Amino acid sequence: MNIVACVKRVPVTTLQPKIGADGTSLDAAGVEYMTSFYDEIAVEEAIRIKEKAGGEVTVLTIGAPSGTKEIRECLAKGGDKAVLLKDDDWATRDCHATAKALADQIGSMGADLVLCGRIATDRDNAAVGPMLAAMLGWGCVTDAVEVEVDGGKATVKREGEAGVETYTTDLPAVITCQKDLNEPRYAGLKGIMAAKKKPLEEVDFTPADNQAEVVRLELPAARPEGRIVGEGADAVPALIDALRNEAKVL
Amino acid sequence: MTTILVFVEHQASGVKRAGLEAIGAARAVSDSVIPVLAGPGAAEAAATLAGASVALTGDTMSPDGLATDLAGLVREKGATAFLASATSAGRDVAPRVAALLDSNIFTDCVGLTAEGGEVLVQRPWLAGKIVATLRSKAPVLCATLRRNTFPAADAAGGGQVEQKPLTVGKTVLAGVAAKEGGKLDVSEAPVVVSGGRGLKEAENFNIVEELAAAFGDAATGASRAIVDAGWRPHGEQVGQTGKTVSPQLYIAVGISGAIQHLAGMKTSKVIVAINKDADAPIFKVADYGIVGDAFEVVPALTEAVKQVRAEG
Repeated sequence: MNIVACVKRVPVTTLQPKIGADGTSLDAAGVEYMTSFYDEIAVEEAIRIKEKAGGEVTVLTIGAPSGTKEIRECLAKGGDKAVLLKDDDWATRDCHATAKALADQIGSMGADLVLCGRIATDRDNAAVGPMLAAMLGWGCVTDAVEVEVDGGKATVKREGEAGVETYTTDLPAVITCQKDLNEPRYAGLKGIMAAKKKPLEEVDFTPADNQAEVVRLELPAARPEGRIVGEGADAVPALIDALRNEAKVL
Repeated sequence: MTTILVFVEHQASGVKRAGLEAIGAARAVSDSVIPVLAGPGAAEAAATLAGASVALTGDTMSPDGLATDLAGLVREKGATAFLASATSAGRDVAPRVAALLDSNIFTDCVGLTAEGGEVLVQRPWLAGKIVATLRSKAPVLCATLRRNTFPAADAAGGGQVEQKPLTVGKTVLAGVAAKEGGKLDVSEAPVVVSGGRGLKEAENFNIVEELAAAFGDAATGASRAIVDAGWRPHGEQVGQTGKTVSPQLYIAVGISGAIQHLAGMKTSKVIVAINKDADAPIFKVADYGIVGDAFEVVPALTEAVKQVRAEG
């Protein structure tokens, strides 16, 4: 089984972002990075499937050659090799350009299964996985909470609004991973040492033009100042009154 | 005139409110709006809408098949925009439609405005810590719209429904294990009552459930801390690595208000916080706060809400 796990380097979730002087980009000064939370779940699932069914896990990312700490961490956990699509402007690509670059690369790799996080926690698109599947003409299940691979098919559960949905899909396919799917492992010292020697191939590519043009970035409007209506259970009547007569939501 | 194709979701009881909101958002920027419904009951639900619509009929739901049909309809109708709801199903299918149209997608939009002859979209980045205004240079403007954000269109009825068969692709829905008692999802409920570590123990979450039940139309939510502790399923987690919600009323019980949690609920219309610690960050975003012991305040609030609901 040839498995590809797509990962993105994103700012840490504790970031309090600042807008750059141009008003259309984020100030990158002092920003710390991590592998997007859900992409770690994709890497874990890829390793688990490999451990069961055999094969190889390739960690695929788009990024700058100067920022490969996160990919090495994925290799330390059990990825076999990594491919970096070289792009110094990776953080500004829209989901169409990102999906196109990944689809072109994956199309040339002969993968059986591609795993992505359900959403990258920077631009929150939750779109690249299903987009690259459509570009490749492959099946796709998003927000997976359970994955079973058997022969040329996968059975995948996802949490829909009416309940848990079960899908079957032909392979090759793209599956995007939801939090409940697994608990990502930590890299051991042995893994960290081994990761240093694992192949990390840098690939040049020509990105598609961005179709999303940033007009402006803003901090969300501050909420109007609220108030403490009181202390303890005695404050409940005042709260009910405010919700009914002031906010009119009750 | 720009024609907008809208994927509209329905259920057994008719068109979902999120679908009516998507139609409403489209009508606000165009006079030529074509709703498309799909799956069992699509034609019946489509007939409850005003104007012309398309029903893709068939019993087998297949997201890639549906995406192929929707992209085909965009081309056939000469639409220059495609909209869907930022729901579980909408977020699943819409990116595929965009990709088939060689277009970018703008997901979870909170604004869709016509400015100087072009449509601009607003959407959150970093779970709402930033609001981005974007211009589409895509062949087709594709977007999903956040719920409880756009005014819903009326289901006026009397529409003409064009029926077409639904395509079955490589991915097929084999079954759905329905939720107990039609429980509302935290991202669709008009009222959300969330609990956090201030509840001290998993069993104490029942005070949150009882308050939600008193409202009748409320869903329960949870902070990451108690999801990671295994008290609640991840499907209820509100915040940057959970769901982003914007209900009419959000009640935070024993949640201190980590930045990742605030990002996920800050666009709620009205926020109520109940917390023992008067300095908790949650009070900075709350419209109304009660400082106090959740185990005293919440049951009293539950009784008061029951009374209000009983009075109608």
